[in-house]
Amino acid sequence: MFVELNNLLNTTPDRAEQGKLTLLCDAKTDGSFLVHHFLSFYLKANCKVCFVALFQSFSHYNIVGQKLGVNLTVARERGQLVFLEGLKSAVDVFFQTQEEPHPLQFLREANAGNLKPLFEFVREALKPVDGGEARWTYPVLLVDDLSVLLSLGVGAVAVLDFIHYCRATVCWELKLRILWRRPSQPTAQRDQSLTYQYKIQDKSVSFFAKGMSPAVL
Amino acid sequence: MLDSLLSLGGLVLLRDSVEWEGRSLLKALVKKSALCGEQVHILGCEVSEEEFREGFDSDINNRLVYHDFFRDPLNWSKTEEALPGGPLGALRAICKRTDPGPVTIALDSLSWLLLHLPCTTLCQALHAVSHQDSCPGDSSPVGKVSVLGLLHEELHGPGPVGALSSLAQTEVTLGGTKGQASAHILCRRPRQRPTDQTQWFSILPDFSLDLQEGPSVESQPCSDPHIPPVDPTTHLTFNLHLSKKEREARDSLILPFQFSSEKQQALLRPRPGQATSHIFYEPDAYDDLDQEDPDDDLDI
Repeated sequence: MFVELNNLLNTTPDRAEQGKLTLLCDAKTDGSFLVHHFLSFYLKANCKVCFVALFQSFSHYNIVGQKLGVNLTVARERGQLVFLEGLKSAVDVFFQTQEEPHPLQFLREANAGNLKPLFEFVREALKPVDGGEARWTYPVLLVDDLSVLLSLGVGAVAVLDFIHYCRATVCWELKLRILWRRPSQPTAQRDQSLTYQYKIQDKSVSFFAKGMSPAVL
Repeated sequence: MLDSLLSLGGLVLLRDSVEWEGRSLLKALVKKSALCGEQVHILGCEVSEEEFREGFDSDINNRLVYHDFFRDPLNWSKTEEALPGGPLGALRAICKRTDPGPVTIALDSLSWLLLHLPCTTLCQALHAVSHQDSCPGDSSPVGKVSVLGLLHEELHGPGPVGALSSLAQTEVTLGGTKGQASAHILCRRPRQRPTDQTQWFSILPDFSLDLQEGPSVESQPCSDPHIPPVDPTTHLTFNLHLSKKEREARDSLILPFQFSSEKQQALLRPRPGQATSHIFYEPDAYDDLDQEDPDDDLDI
C-alpha cells in the first residue's frame, strides 16, 4: 500500500471504515495502482478479501503485491483471500460441466441476462464462517473492473443491479467495504472534493497539490 | 412556492443530477407532509430503510410507511419475503385504500422504476394514480393523492424524461451556483397557463426546508474600501516623471525610421559634407587585387 495515499485519505489499516462503497474511476489514464493499493491495504488490515479479478491474471497482481509487501499466494492458501481469476475461469464455463451456475455464466447466455451467479459467488465467499473464532476483521469486496463486464455484453442495468445487490446484502448485512473500478467521467463530489496530481515510481506513488511538483517548479 | 408543492396534488417530478442531489429535498417534502397529518408511503428502491429514515425524529418515522424494495427487488434470494407485484403492485395497493384522507407517495426513485420497467407501463400506472381523485363514477370520495417522484435526469434519454414530464403537474429541477441550491419550479394548473419560478433554498440537518433570497450579492472578493490603493511610484530612487521642458522636447522628436517629407528631401539632396570622407586601405602581401568586375559575365 502507498503510505502517502493513506495520509491523503486519512486512514490506516487498523482504523479503516466499514460499510462503505468506494468507486475508483479513471479516464484517459490508468488507475490500476489504486487497485493494488487497496488490495494490499485490506490484506494488511487482516480483512477477508474477495477479489473478482477480470482485468489481469493472478500472477500480475501477485508480483505487484509483493512489491507492496503482501503475498497473494499465501493469503489465498490460508483462506484470507478468495480470488476469482476471470481470465482463467472464463474458459471453465465452456469446457467444464458445472452443477451450479458458474459465476461467469453470463458469457454463455445469448442475451447476457443478469449477474446473479456472480453475486451468489461473492455472497458465498464473504459470508461469515460458522464455528471457530473470527480470524478476520471484516469482509471486503474488490472488483477489477466493471468496464470489462460492460465490454462482455452485460447491460448497464444488469451491472447496476449487481452493484445494488452487493450494496444491499453484502454492504448492509455484513457491513463490509466494496471497491470497484470503472472507467468514465469521474463523478463530482459535492461534499468534499480534493484534487491532487500524482507520479508513480517503482514501489511508491507520490502525491502533490496541483502545480507543486519539483519537476514543474 | 416550494413549500406548497404538494397542495396541488398529482405527480411532482423532482429532477436532480449528480451535482445537485434531490433526496434531501424529497425527505424535506416527506417530512412536511407527515407533519400536516397526511398518510405518507415511501417506495424505497435505492437506499436502505435505515438510510432513508436517518435524520427524521421518531414521530415523523412513526407516520412513514416504508415499502422496502431495496433489500431484494429482483427476488434473487428466493425467500418468501418479496412483496408481490413489485413496486407497481404496491403503488396500486396504496391507491385502493378505503381511507379517504390525503395521501402522499414518495418514489425513491422513479429512475430505478424507469430502468426496470417499460416506460409505457410506468407512465400508465402513474397516470392512473395521480388522476385518481378526478375519476368519475366512483361512489366513495377519495382524498387527494400526491406522488413525489425522484428522477436522476442524467440516467435517461430525452424520450422517457419527456413522457414523465408531460404527466407531471409540477416539475422541480434542481440546480444552483456557488454552493447555493436552487429549485426551478414549473407548475401546470388545469385551464391555466403554466407558471415557473426559481426558489433558492437549503435543507437543514433535521430536513426542514429553509427558503432563501438568493446567492449573496458580493460574489467576487472586493477590496476593502477603507484601505486606499497603494501608489507604487512613490519612494523610488529614480525619477519616473518628466518636467514640462522634457515633455516638450520628447514630443517634438522625430523618430529615426519615421518617413516624413523633410526626411525625403534630405535623402534626395546630397549633403555637402559627404565628399570629404575617405577610406584608407593598406593591402597585405597576400591580397589579390583584381580590378575586374566579377559580375561582368552575367547577362542581365
